[in-house]
Amino acid sequence: MDRILIVGAGQGGFQAAASLRQEGFAGEIVLFGEEPGLPYQRPPLSKAYMADGDADRLLLKPASFYERSTITYRPEVRIGAIDRAAREVVTAAGERLGYDHLILATGARNFRPPIPGQEADGVLELRTLADAVRIRARLAETRHAIVIGGGFIGLEFAAMARAAGVGVTVLEAAPRLMGRALSPAMSEFFLAAHREMGTEVLLGAAARRIEAEGGKVSGVDTADVRVVPGDLVLIATGIRPNVELAEAAGLHVDNGIVVDESLLTSDPAISALGDAASFPLPEGGRARLESVQAAVDHARHIAKRLLRGESAPYAAVPWFWSDQGKLKLQIAGLGTAADESQDVPQPEGAKMVLLYRQGRLIAAETVNAPGQHMAARRLIGAPRSALEAAGYDLKAALRQGAA
Amino acid sequence: MKITYIAADGTETEVNAREGDSVMQAAIANDIDGIIGECGGSMMCATCHCYVDDAWVEKTGPQHDGESDMLDCAASEVKPTSRLSCQIKLTEELDGLVVHLPEAQI
Ligand SMILES: Cc1cc2nc3c(=O)[nH]c(=O)nc-3n(C[C@H](O)[C@H](O)[C@H](O)COP(=O)(O)OP(=O)(O)OC[C@H]3O[C@@H](n4cnc5c(N)ncnc54)[C@H](O)[C@@H]3O)c2cc1C
Ligand code: FES
Repeated sequence: MDRILIVGAGQGGFQAAASLRQEGFAGEIVLFGEEPGLPYQRPPLSKAYMADGDADRLLLKPASFYERSTITYRPEVRIGAIDRAAREVVTAAGERLGYDHLILATGARNFRPPIPGQEADGVLELRTLADAVRIRARLAETRHAIVIGGGFIGLEFAAMARAAGVGVTVLEAAPRLMGRALSPAMSEFFLAAHREMGTEVLLGAAARRIEAEGGKVSGVDTADVRVVPGDLVLIATGIRPNVELAEAAGLHVDNGIVVDESLLTSDPAISALGDAASFPLPEGGRARLESVQAAVDHARHIAKRLLRGESAPYAAVPWFWSDQGKLKLQIAGLGTAADESQDVPQPEGAKMVLLYRQGRLIAAETVNAPGQHMAARRLIGAPRSALEAAGYDLKAALRQGAA
Repeated sequence: MKITYIAADGTETEVNAREGDSVMQAAIANDIDGIIGECGGSMMCATCHCYVDDAWVEKTGPQHDGESDMLDCAASEVKPTSRLSCQIKLTEELDGLVVHLPEAQI
């Protein structure tokens, strides 16, 4: 294998390049990214970066890393097509480059629901550093921000805006916050916490129209509540995987680029990873995860397969975090298929919800309880009876050999 | 201010660091190999494990809440001087700090 090309220079694309070198790949690596600047981390965009505005701290590695690792990084180059028959990618400018293996790390983009009025000045979204720069500049002169969508990113932003003294209203169409990813008990806990921070949270409130005055946003009309006045609107209603490139090349796509248990697409010369990839779960079914863990672990898995010929199926335990004000939410495992949830009493200021399927632990949601979280990562799959024997103290359960 | 990172094989690298950054952030900014920092300092990954040099243990202070729980998952041996480098913030007092890097982070 002489040349590996990577499309997308975010968390996963960067990691693929770095891991290929770590695993000893001696051939050429070219990393294409559509964004300007060096590859950076997104999680701080809605957290520390909102407060400190320090873009240097976001970089995954400095420029010297790419030089000494002989990774050719091509920023601001969009790949427009894949010619699978010729094993070449074609840039938007028409340049062709051949590959022995291709890794698709195209990530995702924000989903914009069809709400009229989005062209108004002051309607923003948060995915890239460029978005975050715009939001920060705007926030300094904002009196009241309206967040459409009570998911992780919208709520992290809400907490940062409150900390900066800006008024905030969160509009969530569903009956609870972060409903796609969290148990009802944890949603409830965060609802109370955000209200305590001084954020107005309206549930069951679908945005109907964004109102403007003189071209500038002035509020959001909600279907069943009222017009909420505000001078900044953040649209945070989820993301859509960037699958068009793969789809146009005839690869199998279904809520993401479909890969098998070794993270290969329907073409064995092409792998896919991260936010863009739908992969099979060891316990059955498929997932497309939007997390640093998935992007990084996928990338490492692909590098090991390509360099060491490792054939073990991908089976890393998922983990995720979200920082909202003083609350640090940590999730181990995947709770979406749970048939039982258990709110385990914790010391003041902490919270833990355990999720089971057929009597086995499938996920643990914790707040301000890092020890429980770390233990949970190793206890996924453990029978409930083993946790019960340890009084549902996961650290104790681990010591007692529940894993 | 200066920090010295000593790799597991004994290689010493002295870097210029910014006050206010963490020891992890200074390592990334200066392209030090032995620290990964996968979670960006959110105490989620334990890939920023380091051993504070004996002479500096007092000045860097004790572990933060939860740090020892994370270190339980570190890839290399945990010692009394083990810290998550993302939890050590660089203050003027730490100018000249020396930290040792573990064999492996993953
Ligand atoms: C504000 C914010 C906060 C977050 N917080 C957390 C958190 O706390 N914890 C957590 O685990 N995760 C968090 N995430 C999610 C995490 O950042 C993503 O899951 C991760 O970045 C996914 O990595 P990826 O490589 O798949 O995609 P990305 O990092 O999105 O990278 C994809 C890159 O590919 C480029 N690209 C796409 N198509 C092409 C093309 N045709 N040609 C060239 N380039 C292309 C894109 O421009 C982009 O730069 C957060 C995300 C955001 C936006
Ligand atoms: S960088 Fe992840 S725990 Fe320190």
